[in-house]
Amino acid sequence: MITVAFFKAAIIAGIPLLFATLGEIITEKSGHLNLGVEGMMLMGAVIGFQVGYTTNSPLLALLFAAIAGALGALIYAFLTVSLRANQVVSGLALTIFGTGFAGFVGKSLMGMKMTDQFNYFFRDLKIPGLGDIPYLGEIFFNHDIFVYLGYVTAIVLGLYLYNTGKGLNLRAIGENPAAADAASIPITKYKYLHILLGGALCGLGGAYLSLVYVPVWQENITAGRGWIAVALVIFSGWNPYKAIAGAFLFGGLDIIGFRLQGTAIAISQYIFDMAPYVATIVILVLVSLRKSKKNAPPKALSEPYFREER
Amino acid sequence: MQFRIVIKSEIGKKKRVLIFLGSIIAALIVSGLFLAFLNLNPFQVYIAMLQGSVGSVYRIEQTIIYAIPLIITSLGVAIAFKMKFWNIGAEGQILMGAFMASYFALNYSFLPRFILLLIMFFAGFIGGAVWGIIPAFFRAKWGTNETIITLMMNYVALKWVVYLQYGPWKDPNAFGFPKIANFAKNAVLPELFGVHIGWIIAVLLTIFVYFFLNRSKKGFEIAVLGESVNTARYAGINIFRTIIFAMVLSGGICGIVGFIEASGVEQTLTKDITGGVGYTAIIIAWLGALKPQWMVLASLLFAILIQGSSYIQSAFGISAYSAQLLEAIVLFFVLGSDFFTRYKLIIDWPSLLRRTKENGK
Amino acid sequence: MADRSIYVEMKDITKRFGSVIATDHMNFEVAKGEIHALLGENGAGKSTLMNMLSGIYIPDSGHIFIDGKEVRITSPRDALKAGVGMIHQHFKLVDVLTSLENILLGYKTGLFVRKKEQKIKLQQLMEKFQLDVDLDKYVYEMSVGEKQTLEILKTIYRGARILILDEPTAVLTPQETNKLFKIMRRMKEQSCSVIFISHKMNEVMEIADRITVLRKGKTIATLEKESTNPQELTELMVGRPVDLSIKRIPALSDNIVFQVRNLSAVNEEKVEVLKNISFDMYEGEILGVAGIAGSGQKELCEALAGLYPIKQGEIIFKGENLAGKSPKEFITRGISMSFIPEDRLGMGLVANMDIVDNILLKQYHHSKGIMVQRKPAAAKAEEIVKKLEIQTPGIKEPIKNLSGGNIQKVLLGRELDSHPELLITAYPVRGLDINTCLKIYDILNEEKKRGVAILYIAEDLDSLMGLCDRIMVISNGEITGIVDARKATKEQLGLMMLGNKEVHHAV
Repeated sequence: MITVAFFKAAIIAGIPLLFATLGEIITEKSGHLNLGVEGMMLMGAVIGFQVGYTTNSPLLALLFAAIAGALGALIYAFLTVSLRANQVVSGLALTIFGTGFAGFVGKSLMGMKMTDQFNYFFRDLKIPGLGDIPYLGEIFFNHDIFVYLGYVTAIVLGLYLYNTGKGLNLRAIGENPAAADAASIPITKYKYLHILLGGALCGLGGAYLSLVYVPVWQENITAGRGWIAVALVIFSGWNPYKAIAGAFLFGGLDIIGFRLQGTAIAISQYIFDMAPYVATIVILVLVSLRKSKKNAPPKALSEPYFREER
Repeated sequence: MQFRIVIKSEIGKKKRVLIFLGSIIAALIVSGLFLAFLNLNPFQVYIAMLQGSVGSVYRIEQTIIYAIPLIITSLGVAIAFKMKFWNIGAEGQILMGAFMASYFALNYSFLPRFILLLIMFFAGFIGGAVWGIIPAFFRAKWGTNETIITLMMNYVALKWVVYLQYGPWKDPNAFGFPKIANFAKNAVLPELFGVHIGWIIAVLLTIFVYFFLNRSKKGFEIAVLGESVNTARYAGINIFRTIIFAMVLSGGICGIVGFIEASGVEQTLTKDITGGVGYTAIIIAWLGALKPQWMVLASLLFAILIQGSSYIQSAFGISAYSAQLLEAIVLFFVLGSDFFTRYKLIIDWPSLLRRTKENGK
Repeated sequence: MADRSIYVEMKDITKRFGSVIATDHMNFEVAKGEIHALLGENGAGKSTLMNMLSGIYIPDSGHIFIDGKEVRITSPRDALKAGVGMIHQHFKLVDVLTSLENILLGYKTGLFVRKKEQKIKLQQLMEKFQLDVDLDKYVYEMSVGEKQTLEILKTIYRGARILILDEPTAVLTPQETNKLFKIMRRMKEQSCSVIFISHKMNEVMEIADRITVLRKGKTIATLEKESTNPQELTELMVGRPVDLSIKRIPALSDNIVFQVRNLSAVNEEKVEVLKNISFDMYEGEILGVAGIAGSGQKELCEALAGLYPIKQGEIIFKGENLAGKSPKEFITRGISMSFIPEDRLGMGLVANMDIVDNILLKQYHHSKGIMVQRKPAAAKAEEIVKKLEIQTPGIKEPIKNLSGGNIQKVLLGRELDSHPELLITAYPVRGLDINTCLKIYDILNEEKKRGVAILYIAEDLDSLMGLCDRIMVISNGEITGIVDARKATKEQLGLMMLGNKEVHHAV
C-alpha cells in the first residue's frame, strides 16, 4: 500500500487542494475570508470543461476556468470590499451561486468526456534529470503539466509574499489596514486584485478535477474539497510553501480509504472517508494549543476597512 | 477623490425595510433578465412559482413542511450566532439528531407511540447537542476556530450516516438498494391540519427562543459575551459555561430538526435528510438579524422560493439548480443593499467630472 | 524673534460630521523652523483640523496653502507630496514586520526589495535628525518610545518637512519625553516645522514657540509662548476663569480595610507583570497610583477584581483573603472596579447595548429567577442620568453613540451606584473636559466622606497630587514608593515612575 504509486497518487489528489488553498491564502492575506471556495472551484470546473469540450483546446479551457473563478470572486469582492458586506455570508452566498451555476451549466455536460487529443495534453511528463532520482523522481517529477504548474505557482506566491515590495504591502493590508493606508498603499486596488487572483486559482483547482482527475463531468465534482482548502489555509499557517506539504498530505488522506479496500484493514470505506475531516479537526486543535505569532491569521482578517471612523 | 463613504447614524426601521424590499425587487429584475435570456417570460415564471408554492391547500402544506426545518434550524443557529460563535455545523447536528432518533425508531418500535416519539424527540436533541458541544469545548478551552471545526464535523456526520445507510443499517428488504428501513407507524409524527405536528414544535420553539434571547438571564449573558469577551468576564459571567450551554442548546435544537425530518417527513434516515437546510439557515439567521420573528418570515419566503422552483422545474423544464441561482442572486442583492443602511455615499461631482474628462481625452 | 516665513496656512476650514460642526471656519498658520502647539480640550477640533492637513479627512470648505501655493489634500499620499506627515496616537505600524519593512511599506522599490541600499539612505537620515532606530527589530518587540521614533523616521523618510504630532507624550516617560523634545528641536534647526497637539500645559510651555488655542471648533487665539502663561491659556481653552485647584478633604480614619500582600502575576508570555506588590488601604482614603502606561496598572486593577490570574499573594478585604476567587465573588463582596481603558468601551460596557442593559450588567445577578428584570434597571438608569447630567437622547440609546465623557459617566455612575466599599477606578477622567473632571472629583470626595476606600489610578500627576491622600508609584510591575501626596513633588514622582525606589514609604 505504501508504495511509490500511492505517493504519486497523493500528489495528484492534492493538486486541486493546492490551487484552492493558494488562492484562499492570497485572499485571506488581503484581509478577506472568502468561504466561496467551493463555489469558485465548481465554476472553474464547469466552465473549464465546457470550453474544453467546445474548443478542444486545453489552454483555452484552463484560461476560461481561471476567468470563471475570478468572476465569482469579483462578485464577492464587490460585495465585501466596496459595499463592505458581511464576509461570511457573502462567501456562503457565492458557494450557493457556484453550486447552482455549475449544476445548471453542467446539466448538458453530464457523462461527457474529452477527446484523446485533449487528454494527451495532460499526459505524464518526466522532468529530465530530476525525474530519474530513485523513488522521489517518480513521485514528484513524473506528472502532467498541471501539477508542475501547481509547484511553480506555490513557489512564485511564496517569493511574492516574502520577497517583494508588493507582497509586503499585501501583508500589511491584512495585518493593519490603517498602517497600509497611511503608507499610501491603494488598499481597494490591492484587495480587488488579490481576491480575483485567489478566485482564479480556485477556478484552476476545480478545472483540474474536471479536466484531469476525474475527468468526466459529474454533479458535485468538488465533493467538499473547497471546504478542506479553507481548513488547509489555517493548517499551513497562511504560508504557500507549507501549503504544498499540507495539500499533498490531505491528498493522501483522501485516497487512503479507497486503497485500503481489500486489505487486512477491514474498515468500511466510508469510515475512512472521514479521515481528512477528522485530521483537520485534530490539527486545528493542536495548532490552537500552541499559539504563535508566526502561525497567526492576518490580524485584520474579515474586518472591513474604513478610513473616516467617527 | 471622486467617491467618499461616510458612516450613517442610526437609520429608521421603516427605511431599513424599504431598502430590504428594494433589494428583493432588484434581485427579481436581474433574475427576470436571466430568465428572459432563456427565452422564458419572467412574469409567467414568477407567477408559476407562487402557484406552485401557495396555489392550493396541498401546496401550502408542502411549503409549510419545507419551512419548518428552516425555522427551527435558524432559531438554533441564531443562539450560537448571538454569542458570535459561528456554528456552521447545523447540517451535522441535524444529521446526528436524526441518527439518534432513528436508532430508537428502528429498535424500539414496540413502545407505545407517544412514549416512542417523546424518546425520539429527546434523542434528537441529545444527538445534536453532543455534536454541538464538541466544537464548543475546543473553542471554550483552547480558542480553536469554530467555523472550520463545525464545518468538518458536518462531513464526519454525513459520512457516518452514509456508512450506516450502506452498511449496518442497510435494509435487507430493499432489493440490494442502499437504504435504511422505513419506520414503523409508531415512530412517525402524527399530522394536524394536513401537516405533521412538527409545526407545533416550530411555533413553541419560536416562542421559547424569543423569550430566551430577549428576557432570560442566560440569554443576556450570551448577548454580552457575543459583544465583548472582556466585558462578560468583568461582569462575572462564566465564559466557559456560557459557551457550552449555548452550544448545547443550539446543537440540540438543530438535532430536533433531524428528529422531525426523519420521523415526520422521510420516515426513515437518509444521507440527504438535511437538504442543505443547515447552510440555508445561516443565511436566514443573518437575514433575520437573529430575531425570531424575522427569521420565521424569511424561512417562509425561502420555502416559497424553493417549492416554487421545484414546481417550475417540471412546468418549464428549468434545471432544479435554477432555484439555487435565484437564491444566490437574492442574497447578493440583500447583502449589497445592507451597505445603504449603514453608509452614505457622497459623490464629489466636480472631481468626478474632471476625472471622466481626463479619461476621455 | 526673527521673522520667519509662513510654511503652512489653513484658511477658513470648515468640517461637519452629521449635524456636529467639528471645525468652524478655522484659521491656522505655522512658520518655517517653528514648533507650534495646538492647545484645546477634547472635542475642540485639534485632531480634526490636523487630520485635514494630513489627508485623513477632507474639509467641506476652506483653503490650504503650503509654502505659499494652494494645495488640495485628499489623501495621506497627497499630504506627503506636499511635505506634511502626521504621527498619530495610535501608531500606524505593522507588528509582525521589522522597522525597515514598515518604513518601506508602499514604497516603489522595483520588483525585489533592495534592503541594503535603503538601509544606507536611512542611516544618513538618522544621523541628520539624530533619530535612533534599530532597523531590523520587529515592531512587536519595541517599546512605545521606540515605536514613536520609528514613526518619525518613517515620515521624514517619505519627505515630510512639516511634522504633526498628535498627543505624542501621552504614553511616554518623562525621560522619553525629553528625548522627543530634543528631536523636535533638531527638526527646528533643520528648518522643518513641528505642530504639536496637546492638552498638557507644562509641556506646551516648555517646548512651543507659538501656541494656538482652539475651543469648540473655533480658533480662539494664537500667542507667542513668551507673552502668555498657563492661567491665561487655560482660560482661553475653557472660556472663562477657572479655579485650577482641587479640593482635598482629609482622610477619614485609621482602619485598614484592604490589604494586598506579596501580589505577583505573570502574563501569557510568562513575563512577570506584578512583582511582590504589597500595600494597605484605609477607610475613607484615596490612594493614588501613578506610573507610566503599561507599568502594571491594568493588571493590578484586574487582579484586584478577580479578573487576572495571580501567581501568588493575598488580597485581604475585610479580613477575608479573596485571592483566587471568581470575579462574581469579588462583586458580591462589595469591591467595585471601574476601569476605563483607552478605547473606553473595551471592558466595563457593551457598546451596542443601551444604558439600561449596561446597568443590568452589574445588577442582573441580584434578581430572583431566570428572567432579567429590566424595569428596576431602567429606573436606576434614569436616576443616574439625572444625577450625573449625562447627555443622551434617552436611556434606550446605544451607548456607543454617546460622547466619550458621557460614556465614562455611565460607567462611573453604575459603579458608584452599587455602593461599593472599595472602589478601584482607573483613568476615570481620561479625555474629559475640565468641568466634568471637577464634578467627578467631587463625586469621589463624597464617596470618600462615606468611608469608601478608593484606589485612584491616573496618568495626570496634577490630579493625583491634588486629590489623593497618598500616592503609590508603580514601575515595571513593582511599587517603587508610597508617598504623602501633600508633600510629594513632580520630580520625585517622575523618578519613581522610572524605577527609582524611595527609601521611606509613607504609611
